Amino acid sequence: MIELTHFQVLSGLLFAIGLYGVLARRNAILVLMSIELMLNAVNINLIGYSIFMNASESHRALGHVLIIFVITIAAAELALAIAIILRLYRNKSSINTDDINIMRW
Amino acid sequence: MTSLIIFYLASCVVLGGGLAVVLSRNIVYAAFGLIASLSGVAGIFILSFAPFLALVQILIYGGAIVIVIIFALMLTKLEDFRTLSDHKHWPIALVTSLITLGIIISTAFYRPANLTSRSGLDLSKLADELFSKWAVPFEMASLVLLIALMGGVIMVRKIDSRDDK
Repeated sequence: MIELTHFQVLSGLLFAIGLYGVLARRNAILVLMSIELMLNAVNINLIGYSIFMNASESHRALGHVLIIFVITIAAAELALAIAIILRLYRNKSSINTDDINIMRW
Repeated sequence: MTSLIIFYLASCVVLGGGLAVVLSRNIVYAAFGLIASLSGVAGIFILSFAPFLALVQILIYGGAIVIVIIFALMLTKLEDFRTLSDHKHWPIALVTSLITLGIIISTAFYRPANLTSRSGLDLSKLADELFSKWAVPFEMASLVLLIALMGGVIMVRKIDSRDDK
């Protein structure tokens, strides 16, 4: 029988994997992919609570609505981030995050 | 029982794809791992009686986001990636992610009081909520998407024509 704990543990594992990717990898596109993994971990947690909580229908629909918003914002964020990465590549011909220090004072 | 087996299979796909993303040396394999991981999340959605969300997940992540990422890989130079100083800070990253994992897992075994058995939500109920109570945030999200895409187009556009004037 699937429990809420299963969803939470899976979500935590996926979030930790994504966090490791964000901190350890130096390729900007890989960092972006790891952020997508973390957003999906959040989605797993949301759907888990939505189907296991003993709440009213409108409260449980909130979980689904939030997932739709998270997916939308993830798409918008990805479009902007890819544009920034391509711009950086054109200006500095590198997408190594160690080379990107023009905003550092 | 069958659903538990399917859940574990989908979890293996999700976590294996995620590990392929963060550990693989070849970045194209990382993109394929991302596809596997996101499809696994779609499987989790189907197990949660949310086939609409699974469809949205496959359409948007598999159909749009991964394709955009692969195009970005093609537009940047691939030869750099082998010599890239990757995984340089891996001990710090490992410790940080393990601490985060410990915190999340330790909270996962706290059981909220009002739990029920697994039950789904009607799609028409979701549509009711989304287009009545959450209609304004929904329109705001579409506006955010439009502005982000316009900003992306403006940012990557070549601006050398301005110097000629």
